[in-house]
Amino acid sequence: MKTRPLLSETMAAHGVSRRTFMKYCATLASVMALPPALAPRIAQALERARRPSVIWLSFQECTGCTESITRSHAPTIEEMIFNTISLDYQDTLQAAAGHQAEAARHQAMKENYGKYLVVVEGSIPVANPAYSCFAGRSNLDVLKETAAGAAAIVTVGTCAAYGGIPHAMPNPTGARAVSDIITDKPIINVPGCPPIPVVMTGVLAHFLTFGVPELDDLGRPKAFYGDVIHDRCYRRPFYDKGLFAETFDDEGARAGWCLYKLGCKGPTTHSVCATVKWNGGVSFPIQSGHPCLGCTQPDFWDGGGFYKPLSVPTGDYRALAAGGVGVGAVVGAAGALVGRGVKAEAARKHETVDAHDLEKPS
Amino acid sequence: MMAPIADPRFSPMPAGMFFSASVGNALPLLHQIRHALTALLTGGTETIIDLGAIPFGPGDEAVLEETLGTGEVHAVLTAMGESHVRETAIPGVWRIDHRDMAGALQSRFVEITMMPDILKTQREDAVRGLKVLEDRLAALDGGTPV
Ligand code: SF4
Repeated sequence: MKTRPLLSETMAAHGVSRRTFMKYCATLASVMALPPALAPRIAQALERARRPSVIWLSFQECTGCTESITRSHAPTIEEMIFNTISLDYQDTLQAAAGHQAEAARHQAMKENYGKYLVVVEGSIPVANPAYSCFAGRSNLDVLKETAAGAAAIVTVGTCAAYGGIPHAMPNPTGARAVSDIITDKPIINVPGCPPIPVVMTGVLAHFLTFGVPELDDLGRPKAFYGDVIHDRCYRRPFYDKGLFAETFDDEGARAGWCLYKLGCKGPTTHSVCATVKWNGGVSFPIQSGHPCLGCTQPDFWDGGGFYKPLSVPTGDYRALAAGGVGVGAVVGAAGALVGRGVKAEAARKHETVDAHDLEKPS
Repeated sequence: MMAPIADPRFSPMPAGMFFSASVGNALPLLHQIRHALTALLTGGTETIIDLGAIPFGPGDEAVLEETLGTGEVHAVLTAMGESHVRETAIPGVWRIDHRDMAGALQSRFVEITMMPDILKTQREDAVRGLKVLEDRLAALDGGTPV
């Protein structure tokens, strides 16, 4: 097994001053949602850390999570790749393809067996594994093979964490979450559609410095998913005063009132969107005038309509979805049967939302 | 006796200030800074506030900026991108903005302290500096141009 250099050695070799390192650690503390006073402890932990090998698997997904993380501004993915992690396999970003790419994955696994980190983007189709394959192998096979020697698995995006959009009713591919398949490794769920870039890099940095972070009951790091958006939303004072926008262009909408009646899922959605925000901290959906869709929550796609207030009953979509997840622990043919079983029911209840619906007052 | 010259930095509120803090988060934050400054003066306790963790709405940033104002010190670090360390018009309250090499904002803090740590020379850097100076002097003594 190759010995990887300590991070402090790598940084010293690049002429990075201690002051620069402190700046980096201050930013990392912010990114990891840790108190700023912990920056010196992050520095100590980083000095002793070795760059971990990371194998990034892209399954049934839209690549939006990779698009998102490549726009991480603090630290940038380039900093992470070159300073903090050794990204040994990422089939979207790497130059190698085909057999060479697979050889890189096998080599990284062999050299770092038991120590490497697996990042999974996308759900795993189990009804018919042929729905998503690469290098002639099913996602299910590659996940099981790669997970065997992993120290931990990080799922990025709601698809890998909970099945996401492929898992939405009627779930034609029998999509499953990583945690439905791998049960003997620590799994850190980083949901979002996509997740905020710095949340992804922050979780990787946390794993590197302090190991697996404290997780909530859905496997999400509490530092990033501990609060609901509603608790940190700057429109909250309007909610508390009962001042709601009724349509997207009424006086209330123009005055920045609460978007609850337009379907905002902020009260039930755990994320740091309201504080960390997007695009380098510029804004987030609610600040741009659009209700939260709830994309960090399991089965957010089956909530009965993005523009319906939370108080409006949604039928039994959630019950159906929860049943699907429960039975989904038994993967393979059983998953396919569940998918087919709920398909007709979901089709009967399915409601579409068009532009006219958006204009209707609730 | 001459009347003391009014120091604009200590006026109660800058003239013409935009103040829409009734529903924002700037006002509670400013009170937190007031408490922290009191703690610094009474017990020497320093405080760092991560502005990335505060849910700012439109207008909050302006309220914060204008209430704290601009003080006497503005240092620019060049350390993998610029960092701006500014003392506000409330001495003891500093704004620190870290940027990357492309100029994008990485993180920003309010520090309530007599001197932000990032401005001080770090021991490890001074040790390296001593070695560099010794090497240069050795080169001079040996007549080798530096
Ligand atoms: S806009 Fe959404 S998150 Fe913000 S206060 Fe209203 S309901 Fe809560």
